[in-house]
Amino acid sequence: MTEASTLLEMRSITKSFPGVKALADVNLVVREGEIHAICGENGAGKSTLMKVLSGVHPHGSYTGGIVYRGEQMRFHGIRASEQAGIVIIHQELALVPGMSIAENIFLGNEPRRRGGIDWKASRRRASELMDQVGLREDPDTLIKDIGVGKQQLVEIAKAFAKDVKLLILDEPTAALNEDDSQHLLDLLRGFRERGITSIIISHKLNEIEAIADSITILRDGRTIETLDVKADGVNEDRIVRGMVGRELSSRFPDHTPDIGEVFFEVRDWTVQHPSSAERLVCKGSTFHVRRGEIVGFAGLMGAGRTELAMSLFGRSYGTYLSGRIFKDGEEIQLKSVADAIRHGLAYVSEDRKSIGLNLLDAIKTSMVAAKLSKITRRGVIDPVREYRIAEEYRTSLRIKTPSVDEGVVKLSGGNQQKVVLAKWMFTDPDLLILDEPTRGIDVGAKYEIYGIIQRLVSQGKGVIVISSELPELIGLCDRIYTAFEGTITGEVTRRDADPEVLMKQMTAMKKSPTS
Amino acid sequence: MSRIKDLQKNLFGGTASNARQSGMIFTLVAIVLLFQIWTGGLTLTSGNLIAVVSQYSYILILAIGMLMVIVAGHIDLSVGSVAAFTGIVVAKAMETYSLPWPLGIALGLIVGASIGAWQGFWVAYVGVPAFIVTLAGMMLFRGGNQYIGNADTVPVPRDFREIGAGFLPDVGPDTGYNNPTLLLGLVACAGMVWREWKARQTRREMQADVAPVWITGIRLAVMLGAIVFATLRFAGGRIGTSLPISGIILILLVLAYSYYTRNTIGGRHIYAVGGNARAAELSGVKLRRVNFVVMMNMSVLAALAGMIFVARSAASGPQDGLSWELDAIAAVFIGGAAVSGGLGTVSGSIVGGLVMALLNNGLQLEGVGSDMVQIIKGLVLLFAVAFDVYNKRQGHFSIIGSLMRPFRREEPPGPAGPASDPDKTLVAG
Repeated sequence: MTEASTLLEMRSITKSFPGVKALADVNLVVREGEIHAICGENGAGKSTLMKVLSGVHPHGSYTGGIVYRGEQMRFHGIRASEQAGIVIIHQELALVPGMSIAENIFLGNEPRRRGGIDWKASRRRASELMDQVGLREDPDTLIKDIGVGKQQLVEIAKAFAKDVKLLILDEPTAALNEDDSQHLLDLLRGFRERGITSIIISHKLNEIEAIADSITILRDGRTIETLDVKADGVNEDRIVRGMVGRELSSRFPDHTPDIGEVFFEVRDWTVQHPSSAERLVCKGSTFHVRRGEIVGFAGLMGAGRTELAMSLFGRSYGTYLSGRIFKDGEEIQLKSVADAIRHGLAYVSEDRKSIGLNLLDAIKTSMVAAKLSKITRRGVIDPVREYRIAEEYRTSLRIKTPSVDEGVVKLSGGNQQKVVLAKWMFTDPDLLILDEPTRGIDVGAKYEIYGIIQRLVSQGKGVIVISSELPELIGLCDRIYTAFEGTITGEVTRRDADPEVLMKQMTAMKKSPTS
Repeated sequence: MSRIKDLQKNLFGGTASNARQSGMIFTLVAIVLLFQIWTGGLTLTSGNLIAVVSQYSYILILAIGMLMVIVAGHIDLSVGSVAAFTGIVVAKAMETYSLPWPLGIALGLIVGASIGAWQGFWVAYVGVPAFIVTLAGMMLFRGGNQYIGNADTVPVPRDFREIGAGFLPDVGPDTGYNNPTLLLGLVACAGMVWREWKARQTRREMQADVAPVWITGIRLAVMLGAIVFATLRFAGGRIGTSLPISGIILILLVLAYSYYTRNTIGGRHIYAVGGNARAAELSGVKLRRVNFVVMMNMSVLAALAGMIFVARSAASGPQDGLSWELDAIAAVFIGGAAVSGGLGTVSGSIVGGLVMALLNNGLQLEGVGSDMVQIIKGLVLLFAVAFDVYNKRQGHFSIIGSLMRPFRREEPPGPAGPASDPDKTLVAG
């Protein structure tokens, strides 16, 4: 690579937070017009590095230099970096739901005319930008009325409105389904043709393998290596090796299933959407779980898997219309979350930050929150038992924290997920429903979570895993149901499970003429 | 870790949630000392301390309930009106039907509970924001007070006045002090020693670090000193005075509610609801019931505060309880509660309330006009919360918290450890 083609060079960046060195002597070289991936486990320093680059951590709060288009850069804020054409799109989208697409694209950057907003120009330019990102919507559509995939595109259009030269995407496909992810990746390829450089941070290694030109791997705040995808013949296993510093022989722990009889059964479960009476989110779903079995639920966005799980869990979603639940041969009524917990159900939600955890809580408080009665006598909490139980889970689940008195907010994603798992293991469930249990979690922690799931089923519990990652379902589950728009469309055993079969069933209804 | 640092950490608690509170205790002590000097020793006289307690106990009682309302993520603007309404109903009932005073108090509590159930119903079961429900209640019950009392004052019988203006009787040998107050002080000292011992016991059972004995000793000495001082002051006032009955009611409530919010399932559910209502619901917490109980409890305490006030002023009037809600809310926020709910303690709110009360009292002693008093109180509220916001943004929890920071146990910066990616937590926070 020649000096001329280098767009960005970050030289020996070191950034410390009180008590922690987040980045130590990190180097990053990005060539003009390439797609550069940054990989690393959670906590490796990826986000911090990008915050240094975009000026969120202002010049002076770190050491080292940033050379961008041949010049030394000293960004004091995100506005300064945006003026230089560096735009970062965060995982949590920064859009105003009640405003239109056009308004969001030009938010803070409105086309003006005689002291007011030039609505005509705004709409026209929004349409142009939307064309560039392949978003076919009316610019006056409100953000809340479009899906998360399209919202992502609005963010990119917004970046284009700022005349972007270097686009940084932090976990862009984490919340997207397969179709939308594919569209986004195609889009990035298109940008490359047009000479726009992108930096992409992602946990989805297959995507990185497919799209990136070069990959920089970080580990523990250090640069491990930079790989050239074509020259080095990079594949997923190679990336994983760099990220974890060891060869992962398998991404799933060894496990010999010991499957018992059917103990949980749902028949003709039908649930109506909470706000629109015509829409059914579950249409006569029937399925069962055996003791010691890991059952997967595969489906695209809108398949109704989360809705199914939450409506079973004490009718926490939508309006119950009909259907029966049987446990150990007897019909049970689960009209509230308390009922569900009493009958041995546990639901680990897909969104641990907004509905899974109280982020103000200490680790120990979170762990016992779903069954306080276990540590109380006559309504009074026993702090010693609380502490001991939390310590036990900390050790057995290998939660990395100096103390269970720390706030959960301080933990990394994987450790937070372990706290949520502990919280539900503490309720002594017979059936655990895990909704996207490894979303946003690094490879090492994923492996551990799989191990925990396998330990649970070997104790004779049943586990339902809802996941959007097919390799995860195939590697982990004994049996997989597929769902499409509220209907269970198929059932595949471990032996027959392969991505193609599943994908066909997950989209089966799309091809049928009736819908 | 040097001994000084050890001492600081253990005396004031190194944890973030205590930091604001201990900061406020410093402020309280500073205010007391400042006024003590400024007023030439008037602040800490028996007479003045007794006056402060009887003058502000009802606001502090409101602050207890308000803390729980705010922790649950709501607000209650109606407490002043509810207090006034209850006061007039009780006064009128005792006047018209010559109701004996214990029945009067029972009636007042029932009125409070009914109002609370009414407001709780709208908040918890219909889902109208508490701000609106209680804003409506503020007008509703103020109007109710004036309707029932014909916008006039209604006197209350002598016996009833005891709960607001009464003192403990002088019994036992002539010690030169009020004996029941001395006895209370003794009980408080014993309780404090027992609590310290119990806390050490608990920490030992958890196999956590137990503070060295000498630290516990110093802490106990400071606290016992404060109790003994207060006891002698309250017991040593004018003949016939003591710790006011209203002060005793307040202390009992503070102890009971502190215990409830810290150590029981019900208390923890309030924090869970305020911290993340949806997560609490999905953990089996009965959201509606918690909201209902919190709102109802507030009105019962408001009724109690109203009766104490009426008893103290010997009559119920149309202007009773004006802007009490604001004093109570201010006390809670000065005491460290979060505007968004989920954080705060009863004891913090009491300290916050005392800061306001002593400020008020000291300025009045100095003859500062009520205009200036209002201005100063407003600024204190603003700066107290602004300080906290500013320090949170700096990644510290408070000035005290940041002073304590170097003394906290450092986290091992292990690979992919919890603290090795502080950005993530900032985003999350």
